[in-house]
Amino acid sequence: MTDTDQERDRNKETAFYKFTQQTLPACKPVLTPAWVITIFLFTGCIFIPVGLVTLRASRSVVEIVDRYDAECVPEPFRIDKVSYVQDDSIPKNCSRFLKVHKYMKAPIYIYYQLDNYYQNHRRYVKSRSDQQLLHGRKYHGTSSCQPVEFNNDHAIVPCGLVAWSLFNDTFKFIRERAELKVNRKNIAWKSDRDHKFGKKVYPYNFQNGTLIGGGKLNPRIPLSDQEDLIVWMRISALPSFRKLYGRIEEDLDVDDVVVVHLMNNYNTYSFSGKKKLVLSTSSWLGGKNDFLGLAYVFVGSSSLILALVFMLLHLRYRR
Amino acid sequence: MPLTLDISLSQTRHCNNRKENPPIAIIPTSSFPWDPGFVFGMDSKTPVENLYSIEPALSSSSRRSNFSIQSKASGGNSIREVTFTDLGSKPVRYGSHGADSETNALSQKEINDEDARLVHINDPVKTNERFEFAGNSIRTAKYSILTFVPRNLFEQFHRVAYIYFLVIAVLNQLPQLAVFGRGASILPLAIVLLVTAVKDAYEDYRRHRSDRIENNRLASVLVNYQFQQKKWKNIQVGEIIKLHANETIPCDIVLLSTSDPTGVAYVQTINLDGESNLKTRYAKQETLTKIPEEGKITGLIKCEKPNRNIYGFQANMEIDGKRLSLGPSNIILRGCELKNTAWAVGVAVYAGRETKVMLNSSGAPSKRSRLETHMNLEIIILSLFLIALCTVVSVCAAVWLRRHRDELDFLPFYRRKDFSDGEEDDYNYYGWGMEIFFTFLMSVIVFQIMIPISLYISMELVRVGQAYFMIRDTQMYDESSNSRFQCRALNINEDLGQIKYVFSDKTGTLTENKMEFQCASIWGVDYNGGKASSVDGYYVQVDGKVLRPKMKVKTDPELLQFARSGKETKEGSHVYDFFLALAACNTIVPLIIDTSDPTVKLIDYQGESPDEQALVYAAAAYGFMLIERTSGHIVIDIQGERQRFNVLGLHEFDSDRKRMSVILGFPDKSVKLFVKGADTSMFSVIERSLNVNIIRTTEAHLHSYSSSGLRTLVVGMRELSTSEFEVWHSAFETASTALMGRASLLRKVASNIENNLCVLGASGIEDKLQKGVPEAIESLRTAGIKVWVLTGDKQETAISIGYSSKLLTSKMTQFIINSNSKESCRKSLEDAIIMSKKLMTISDTANNAGGTSGAGLTPVALIIDGTSLVYILDSELEETLFQLACNCSVVLCCRVAPLQKAGIVALVKNRTSDMTLAIGDGANDVSMIQMADVGVGISGQEGRQAVMASDFAMGQFRFLVSLLLVHGHWNYQRMGYMILYNFYRNAVFVLLLFWYVLFTCFTLTTAITEWSSVLYSVIYTSVPTIVVGILDKDLSRRTLLKDPQLYGAGHRQECYNKRLFWITMIDTFWQSAVVFFIPLLAYWGSTIDGSSIGDLWTIAVVILVNLHLAMDVIRWNWITHAAIWGSIIATCICVIIIDALPSLVGYWAIFKIARTGLFWLCLLAIIVVALVPRFVVKVLYQLYTPCDVQIAREAEKFQSQRATGALEVEMNPILDPPRR
Repeated sequence: MTDTDQERDRNKETAFYKFTQQTLPACKPVLTPAWVITIFLFTGCIFIPVGLVTLRASRSVVEIVDRYDAECVPEPFRIDKVSYVQDDSIPKNCSRFLKVHKYMKAPIYIYYQLDNYYQNHRRYVKSRSDQQLLHGRKYHGTSSCQPVEFNNDHAIVPCGLVAWSLFNDTFKFIRERAELKVNRKNIAWKSDRDHKFGKKVYPYNFQNGTLIGGGKLNPRIPLSDQEDLIVWMRISALPSFRKLYGRIEEDLDVDDVVVVHLMNNYNTYSFSGKKKLVLSTSSWLGGKNDFLGLAYVFVGSSSLILALVFMLLHLRYRR
Repeated sequence: MPLTLDISLSQTRHCNNRKENPPIAIIPTSSFPWDPGFVFGMDSKTPVENLYSIEPALSSSSRRSNFSIQSKASGGNSIREVTFTDLGSKPVRYGSHGADSETNALSQKEINDEDARLVHINDPVKTNERFEFAGNSIRTAKYSILTFVPRNLFEQFHRVAYIYFLVIAVLNQLPQLAVFGRGASILPLAIVLLVTAVKDAYEDYRRHRSDRIENNRLASVLVNYQFQQKKWKNIQVGEIIKLHANETIPCDIVLLSTSDPTGVAYVQTINLDGESNLKTRYAKQETLTKIPEEGKITGLIKCEKPNRNIYGFQANMEIDGKRLSLGPSNIILRGCELKNTAWAVGVAVYAGRETKVMLNSSGAPSKRSRLETHMNLEIIILSLFLIALCTVVSVCAAVWLRRHRDELDFLPFYRRKDFSDGEEDDYNYYGWGMEIFFTFLMSVIVFQIMIPISLYISMELVRVGQAYFMIRDTQMYDESSNSRFQCRALNINEDLGQIKYVFSDKTGTLTENKMEFQCASIWGVDYNGGKASSVDGYYVQVDGKVLRPKMKVKTDPELLQFARSGKETKEGSHVYDFFLALAACNTIVPLIIDTSDPTVKLIDYQGESPDEQALVYAAAAYGFMLIERTSGHIVIDIQGERQRFNVLGLHEFDSDRKRMSVILGFPDKSVKLFVKGADTSMFSVIERSLNVNIIRTTEAHLHSYSSSGLRTLVVGMRELSTSEFEVWHSAFETASTALMGRASLLRKVASNIENNLCVLGASGIEDKLQKGVPEAIESLRTAGIKVWVLTGDKQETAISIGYSSKLLTSKMTQFIINSNSKESCRKSLEDAIIMSKKLMTISDTANNAGGTSGAGLTPVALIIDGTSLVYILDSELEETLFQLACNCSVVLCCRVAPLQKAGIVALVKNRTSDMTLAIGDGANDVSMIQMADVGVGISGQEGRQAVMASDFAMGQFRFLVSLLLVHGHWNYQRMGYMILYNFYRNAVFVLLLFWYVLFTCFTLTTAITEWSSVLYSVIYTSVPTIVVGILDKDLSRRTLLKDPQLYGAGHRQECYNKRLFWITMIDTFWQSAVVFFIPLLAYWGSTIDGSSIGDLWTIAVVILVNLHLAMDVIRWNWITHAAIWGSIIATCICVIIIDALPSLVGYWAIFKIARTGLFWLCLLAIIVVALVPRFVVKVLYQLYTPCDVQIAREAEKFQSQRATGALEVEMNPILDPPRR
């Protein structure tokens, strides 16, 4: 017992000694040509297949994108789209015909896409109160919500620019006279519904002010169930973004024509933003985006070339 | 000028014998006290041809040329007191030292009332009524409880870095600019401040505690004619204090009387300067008889204002209407201990913080490393870069605002107008101009870490770590003195890797400064021991007790035989006289020490001159053992028989005479004068007509001694007739009581009697080379470091030490310059330059003709002496000397004064950008150590003055090799890499933020959460930097020592230079773009939300910078692994924690995004794409244009013949330095 203790002590001492003398056992990798070539070959061999798989996944996604913001303004109003969209007396309905050119398997995700819309603008991002969304009128520190904070000295619930500018175009999908069933539940993050938006917070005085920014909310539904709002309030990272509207839970066949009845309520005309409707299937990768696949293939092939170059260099200039 | 002159005089006298060390002082070169009758090595008009001899053409070995006549005094002897005994009458001391009256005359002029402090003896009330002199309580603590917070904060904010932090934090508090939340912006600064404050508080607490102990010690103080115990803190200036043996002295005290009838007191100054030998201090004879308990002592001491010179003190005392001058030998300083003296009484003149020891207790000098100076330039570039980024952002923002100015009111994501109050207001909009201005400030806040403030903190931590390893290094641990390496300056570690010039002291630095008696020439016979010498310790038995000297000395059997034979034979009597002279003619105090064996006692010879100690030990070994010394007599045990000699007179050493003498009254009533001194001064007073042969052979012996590196002294004697003695005695008495010009009168008296001497012989004392010195010098030279030796020794000794230490080799051509006028100096220098150029061209052509052999270069050595330097330094000749010195591979300066040493260092330092290092051990090296970029002190025999002034201190010269070649190289490499890496690490993050700003309407939104921004340089990436900065090693110690050329990496600034900086910045640009744009393109037009992509960016950038570091790490041990992988894991944990807080925007984002394959694919792509260019460049560089270090690394790894061969071929030649 004591012997082993002593031994351990001695070991500890020597380890400490080695530490102080900077002679701890260490691995000293040196880049030899063999290593370098192996590394590049290895990278190439990994990246090219991964890239191809990724590319394939991206290509397998079927996507229908329809820009409707311009077309959905009736001919007479096209000179002044802003006043058209702001005029409540004019009906805003509009129909779009989408032709399916490839079989789309359910679930088909419905997105609306906004371009040139800076949801990540500093003023916009700050203009919200997460505490109020959770606690409702009980929470008073809503100063961050300016300039949409009070209405008749009552704090607006939900306050802030983000909520105020809620997207409010609506879409109805009809195929062969039958309305496609659109599932609009579970489009927001569950974590947001459960922990960020109050179950007992009701938007009782929302969008009552002089300036209407966007969608209204049903005051009888608590915020935690207002999924459109929850989706909208998850600020997008980039000025061109999609937000989930719902899911079509039926497959679409080739050459099906989907008629979209939409209400073109949301004003992007004042800042020449674009509105698009997107129907897209999904892969393990997400949406349709070839970039990463191409990048992988490119990096993989570059690595192989580099491996080759180093091999030649090594043969040519052997040290 | 008179002041400095006076100090130099008194100090020369005071310390004349400890090598050449007038303390920190102030010897103006113009009044340099060399012997005017100095024999110069060469006539100033000697043609140049005599100077150098060069073997024709290309012979690799040029003949050594040695011209200088060996001549100069070797430091010599000291006489501390002039004592006189009137054959049995009561001993009287005449003045405490010779320079009295001069000092007196000068001091009356110097100490005028404004500069003086007046101390009324035994009247503290009156002393202190007009001036508030400091009390004796000391206070080293900085803070009290009340002042801690403000003062500590004030001190901490002296650092520019903290002010930058603070300004940014304050800016962030303005509502218009609040980029980060309050907590996030203040937290890092608060943490740093708090940690430092706690550390300071703890240190201060310890200081408070030690202050309290110190202040409450007791001393006996005269109150109402009685000595009472009083606490130290209550002692006042003017009070009379009584000290007992072994007590510590509470304040600076002028001695009034001591237990010794002649007023001598011995003190040990180990706490003050580290010297353990006893020093003698004197009370004035006029005050000796006063007994404070009986009669009131009244008097007035007028002394200089408190200053830090512990070897200088200037005052005068008016007592009983007489005016006496006081010097450094009359004062005992706080912190010393009274030894061998039963009691001493004195009056306090400086107390508390005004004592010399307190004035000297300042911290280490603060220097700034070269790397840091270079780095500051790059920091300025980064600041400009920061400003550029901010300008881009604000200009873009301005353009955007202008283009959309009509839409802003109702833009959903801008909404300038606020309608909530019913009236239209601009909400949070201050006009176009102000918005731009705010945008600019906000971008400064967001991009703040572009200026890597954390770098300064990391650098400090890294230096502490490096210092720890240097201190713990067993290779730099001196077993003999049990001293570790000391790191006194913390901020110039990396300078050790770039040293180009080493200036070294000789005695005590290259040599041990342990003098050893080697050989003697007695009456023309050389007794040099030879092989038969033995080291039997001599001892005597007294009353059954054995008494033996503390140190054993090698003895020559033949000489021992003669010494034992007594005076009967002719040789015997000469030997008797010689050793008697050695034993008597000195100022050594023998101390008898008990040993563990009660029957054995040791004699320890205490004295300030190691030479004298060696001589007395030698005499003891031959049976002439000095047993007792009082002011009136000495007792010498001669071959077991105790004899008492009266010391009738003692003429102390001075730098003009360069000798000392003692007049002994023998028991048989005869009176003899013994003189000991440097050869030059001795041969002028030796009766030439007598014993011509003996003088000649002695001279020859002396020459051979000094050529073999020994320090020589000549001993002579003369018997005095009664009449002669009487004449001398009366002259001596008049001189020593004279009020004016006492010193010169005494000197004259001494010169009058010291003549017509009969030469007894000469001694050779060896100052041994320290262990490992030749190898160390060899290594340093191979490393491309120029070693200059600056010594106070004479030329022959210096040259011979130069040879034995391998500084000089037989291949070298030597230029010896010793001239005594400016013109001859100029001529010698110019000729030497022409010669050296000729040599260079010869070797150049040789090189061209002979192809690759680099050995064709003839190394050149320059040997120059102090007198020539007097003419050269501070004149236009400096430049010439510098040019010449640059061509020389070795420079040896002999007989230089302390200030000249500094002058030589300055000569090099001011003219090149190369780093200089000065190494020395004595007080005489202080000025040089302080002048050089890096000062290294040797903690050796000479006390702690050099160590106190140094940046690094160590036990032995040879550790310099480890210090420079190993630790210096490591430190430099580590620090250089760390700085570049820090620039990269912060810039990559800033650029990442910047790219995103371009996609947010230039409004400085950050996708990365503010907490991650703050934690990035605190937690995410800091530890690996520091660990690598402390632990990474490019090469092992063995390789570095084996191939000193590797040190050239530092000279060539391979680890940190402009080119590397710009390459790093380009790489940074690429990497940040990759980190940003791959996710951007991959997620373009998707539902990705800001927090999720922010998390991706955070994790990607952290992994990237850590892998970047990992790619450059050379040696992976478990600590490195833990730091790098640990940091990545810590980052993930932090991100997870941040995203698990529902109150933050990014709630749950990481969990969402990490579940997607795209996230991981992006991460992998980012890492690979970002690092590939760097990797390719690194590989190409390493494989096809490898540097020395790289080759050595591979050799180290593979140990293959191929790599070693490559090493030898490809190693950059450094021996030939390019002219600047």
